[in-house]
Amino acid sequence: MASNGIRDRVAIVGMGCTPFGERWDKGTDDLLTDAAVDAIADAGVKMDEIDAFWLGTMGSGNSGLTLSRPLKLDYRPVSRLENFCATGSEAFRNACYAVASGAYDLAMAIGVEKLKDSGYSGLTGIHLVGDGTGGSLTAPATFSFLVPAYAEKYGVGTDEMKEVLTRIAWKNHYNGARNPRAQFRKEVPMETISKSPRVAGELGVFDCSGVSDGSAAAIVCRVEDAHRYTDAPLYVKGLSFVAGPAAGPIDPEYDYTTFEEVVRSATDAYHQAGITDPRSQLAMAEVHDCFTPTELVLMEDLGFADRGTAWKEVLAGTFELGGELPVNPDGGLKSFGHPIGASGLRMLFECWLQLRKKAPPERQIKTVTEGGRTLGLTHNLGGGPGECVSFVSVVGSEPSA
Amino acid sequence: MASGIGSWGVYLPFWRLERTAIGQALGSPAGRGTRTVASYDEDTTTLGVEAGRRALAPGGTAPIEELYFSTPEPAYQDKTNATTVHAALGLSERTGAYDLVGSVRSGVGALVAAVAGGKDHPTLAVVAELRTGLAGGADERESGDGAVAFTLVPDTAVAELVGRAAASEEFLDRWRVPGESSSHQWEERFGETAYVPLAREVFTDALKSAGITADAVDHLVVTGLHARAVRAVRTSLGVAEAALAPDRTTEVGNLGAAQLGFGLADVLERAEPGQTVVTLQLADGADALVWRTTEALTGVQARRREAGLATVAEQAASGHPVPYAAFLTWRGQLRREPPRRPEPDRPDAPNMLRREGWKYGFNAGRCLVCGFRHLPPTRVCLRCKTVDQMAPERLADVKGVVATFAIDHLAFSMSPPTVGVVVDFDGGGRYRCELTDSDAASVKIGNRVEMTFRRFYTADGMHNYFWKARPTGETPAAAAPTKEG
Repeated sequence: MASNGIRDRVAIVGMGCTPFGERWDKGTDDLLTDAAVDAIADAGVKMDEIDAFWLGTMGSGNSGLTLSRPLKLDYRPVSRLENFCATGSEAFRNACYAVASGAYDLAMAIGVEKLKDSGYSGLTGIHLVGDGTGGSLTAPATFSFLVPAYAEKYGVGTDEMKEVLTRIAWKNHYNGARNPRAQFRKEVPMETISKSPRVAGELGVFDCSGVSDGSAAAIVCRVEDAHRYTDAPLYVKGLSFVAGPAAGPIDPEYDYTTFEEVVRSATDAYHQAGITDPRSQLAMAEVHDCFTPTELVLMEDLGFADRGTAWKEVLAGTFELGGELPVNPDGGLKSFGHPIGASGLRMLFECWLQLRKKAPPERQIKTVTEGGRTLGLTHNLGGGPGECVSFVSVVGSEPSA
Repeated sequence: MASGIGSWGVYLPFWRLERTAIGQALGSPAGRGTRTVASYDEDTTTLGVEAGRRALAPGGTAPIEELYFSTPEPAYQDKTNATTVHAALGLSERTGAYDLVGSVRSGVGALVAAVAGGKDHPTLAVVAELRTGLAGGADERESGDGAVAFTLVPDTAVAELVGRAAASEEFLDRWRVPGESSSHQWEERFGETAYVPLAREVFTDALKSAGITADAVDHLVVTGLHARAVRAVRTSLGVAEAALAPDRTTEVGNLGAAQLGFGLADVLERAEPGQTVVTLQLADGADALVWRTTEALTGVQARRREAGLATVAEQAASGHPVPYAAFLTWRGQLRREPPRRPEPDRPDAPNMLRREGWKYGFNAGRCLVCGFRHLPPTRVCLRCKTVDQMAPERLADVKGVVATFAIDHLAFSMSPPTVGVVVDFDGGGRYRCELTDSDAASVKIGNRVEMTFRRFYTADGMHNYFWKARPTGETPAAAAPTKEG
């Protein structure tokens, strides 16, 4: 895949992120206003200094008016976009390209989702029924396909597999317990996780991310302008997004142990960012832990572990807060829930805190403070195994030499 | 070469309600044995499709040109249900498809109409029944669900219609106003008085038209929902006791409109060439049909065995128990808390028409360049990217193997949990769908499955039909698939 990238040409100069949770007290307008106001305050700019806006939301509003109306924007371009679970990241990617092109000087990427007003637990999605032949399986069911497939391919026993998945959920809740913005801010004993009621396949309630409301925003400009707004910008090193041919559900060769879309987007983003060994070069990664087996497989697809070994690395604590490569130090989707349009920017917000050493001490990662690493990764995937979209970004606190 | 019945198909649903379960729940007299129960995702149209597939399965029949579908319990009014059956059977667009619906007697009417049509061109008669009554009543306990189908052919018939008589009488023995979920019946003694003499007269007339006497009858099938009248008639016609066909109502229940065909198919599976079979149905009058089997019967019987089609006797003896509470829920008699998920939306009519071959015929698309099979069909090949070089290929009757599966406790269903399976078809192609008629605990990777036409849900007064997988009952080792393409 040919992509040139925009390494070190765009910088993040301010971010905002609301607390995520069952925000019965806040509507979509409120969440957007909170995130946007926090972001401009962080960057030290006024709203009318932002030249253009990219709004990501899956279903909490149509058109740019969803943002321009509550913010009373002064006749500015607002692009409203949707790309499944990568929606927030797509808003960010497009805003970056807009300033890189020179079309605008200062742009805001903002994502929002108001899920809890639907009255249902779990994602309900937008119904595109068509000819009525589409499946009725829920997301946890399709992602649960990963569990027996992975276990069988790599000879992991049923109990061992359960322990691995439990450990992933436990780790993310451990991290979320140290994050005041998280939906769930308590550590959860492993036994509670492993014995939680089944939702689908081998997945229990605690193997699934929560459902919450939230919003997050980032303000971007060209690198040469960054120091007008902050002494500590984050530099965009690589941005990759792919949509696959949805081969898995129709191709008997697909074995449900990998997301090809993730492999492709990671390869592309690493190439743009000049990363050759992500496990040793990255300080942290925020990945799309919609379900615990997803995070397991992602460790291999993102190149953090060799094929068939991620389960051992999980048990060894490699991806824990004090581990070799902390994954989801903010608590992940597991602790934050997944307000679709907001999640990608929420992940970026953790990079914004961690790489600039602004995270609270109880979760500030040592790969940055002691290991001297400067790069962070965010990742989303939307869809299901074998038929998804995938986004990978790499950001860093230092410009390349 | 004779015209008449060319082949037959019987479908009994997977589920059985044990009559003792009714007694235990309601504290009422229980009865013994079981009744067949259509699953929550079946209706008379899907039952009919399954019977039709079995009638057409052994092959050898020329393309069907006319279809009569009959049921007292049609899934739609105004809209023809026979067109759904026709589409799901993959019959030619140039097929006349007609409903004869609403009453029990319409079933024999469909068969007689098909016999007439079959003299000229291959015709299919399908009769489906989904019957219950109010909780604790005789209809609930004694009825059954199922469907039968017969092809009627201009030549190579296995049984000719050699005599017939009918009588009609206007009296209220059993009736139901449209919209009611159960039928009314007048005092039992009254119906018996009305039916018995009519049936005897019609039987005598039919034998006369065939030029035979009662002692020449090798198999006698007497059917009707008035069980007492049926019993009285059956033993008083002068037919030898050995010739009285078993009605199998103890295991199956009374299939109402489909009971006549059910009994006839059962006989055809045991009969020999040159035998006389009489079917006599008591419904708002009486209908007697005299059939004579031909030399072609032996060959068709053999082909059906080779094709692995379960016999009527085998189907009657199989099945899986359904709890009484589930039965009541499926029949709408027990109003349960719905799952806390949004209800499904209705599908779009224009989209369904564009996708008719896929939705109803389960036609995959095979790439003419590289051979890759696509489910659903698509214009661009996944493998070689060639555009618009696809041939439709019906996979409804192709079996497959479970590549992986998931038990889904969250999905919206009348019968949770939903079982999702990824099916790899023999000869290539993969599709993810629901597994029905299964015990969730028995699902395993490598299990053999086949496709079945089902009603997924009803939304805004629209039934959404499509295909699901179901276990074949074959052991994984016994039938190793060969993967190609």
